[in-house]
Amino acid sequence: MECLFGIQGDKFTIIVADTSQVQSIVVQKTEEDKIMLLDSHKLLGTIGENGDRVQFSEYIQKNILLYQFRNGIPLSTAAAANFTCGELAHALRKNPYYVNMMIAGYDPEEGPSLYYLDYIATLHKVKSGALGYGAYFVLSLMDKYYSKNMSLDAALDLVDKCIAELKTRLMGAPPNFVIKIVDENGARELAWRKTVEDINGPRPTPATPIEVKSPPRHISFRSPSPSSKERKGKGRQK
Amino acid sequence: MQITSYNGSALVAMLGKNCFAIASDRRLGVNFQTIATDYQRIFQIHDKLFIGLSGLGTDVQTLFQRLKFRHKLYQLREERNMRPETFASLVSSMLYEKRFGPYFCEPIIAGLGEDNAPFICTTDLIGAKQFSSDFVVSGTASESLYGACESMYKPDLEPEDLFEVISQALLSSVDRDCISGWGGIVYVVTPDQIITKTLKGRMD
Repeated sequence: MECLFGIQGDKFTIIVADTSQVQSIVVQKTEEDKIMLLDSHKLLGTIGENGDRVQFSEYIQKNILLYQFRNGIPLSTAAAANFTCGELAHALRKNPYYVNMMIAGYDPEEGPSLYYLDYIATLHKVKSGALGYGAYFVLSLMDKYYSKNMSLDAALDLVDKCIAELKTRLMGAPPNFVIKIVDENGARELAWRKTVEDINGPRPTPATPIEVKSPPRHISFRSPSPSSKERKGKGRQK
Repeated sequence: MQITSYNGSALVAMLGKNCFAIASDRRLGVNFQTIATDYQRIFQIHDKLFIGLSGLGTDVQTLFQRLKFRHKLYQLREERNMRPETFASLVSSMLYEKRFGPYFCEPIIAGLGEDNAPFICTTDLIGAKQFSSDFVVSGTASESLYGACESMYKPDLEPEDLFEVISQALLSSVDRDCISGWGGIVYVVTPDQIITKTLKGRMD
């Protein structure tokens, strides 16, 4: 029973996701990180079919980093959300990905933002939103307790209220949650809310994006470089 | 449940005297769950042309993006804006292109044509055009909108009165439809100005 929700507060946005990986009646894992860092100031929370989830979010992350590498400037949060929506809409009538998403980001001019994006590619900018079975409980709580420009402490308080509600009322509530934040200092993990530990040992470090160094302006990646012939054939051997 | 009523919508346009009005509700839902109450399904194409898209939210966004693109290409090539009649044909043909895998949208096109003659038109989801000389409705609240418009509409209304009529028709209709409502947005377009107003309705 997956849960994903986000809250935009005063100069920050947080995304919360459950960390259970379930296959029919079996809980395979309780420490699966479902919130990806797209770049230094963007978060992508995903729930849905696990294969699609991993495949699609990695595809989006890599393309956003590619854009940044080619152009020397990162995509804004709105641009990244619209790009993700476009890719999802394009796939919708061919080979759809069953993935629901919350996209959070922080831009110097715009400040924090949060986007709701469901598997049929409905994109909407929201202040607070929820997806999955958890949404049935969390949405009403957020309606009652959300306030505009709430502080981080107040937001975390609301998150804990939501998690407590899920644990009491949602059948098959997930045991663990991860909370991530994005603000002017960047996107990062904020906290975990755990009730069980995975017996398989410590959880692996989450996939963080590669640090992208912007190329100097005079270098064009479009034109073939003279050394490209020499490199031909060598690439795949390793 | 049908796919066209997945998100819920109410959309209406009316003709006045040298003006027109187009209005919609503001709810974005997933079946009976409300996601947001500030959703936009009416879009401005140019100063005197609007399109409202009822139906599935994802297709509303996709279709509008494609229409905006096509209109910009037309502007570049022709160095003028599209006439509402031409735009209605464009919408119709773009919808029929997807005859066997349609966009689940029923558009309303409203604009001021040559000599500022008001024009309204609707199509079904595969592009069958239907012109009207009074009002057109679309969306999940269309049945109740028909009733409300039928009894409230009067021909040749001035912009202020037209705003009142279309707002009352919209607000009373969405109260009889569970999956549309949560306020509304109204555009009244005259040859020299566009009046935009948001309505507060029953917010439950």
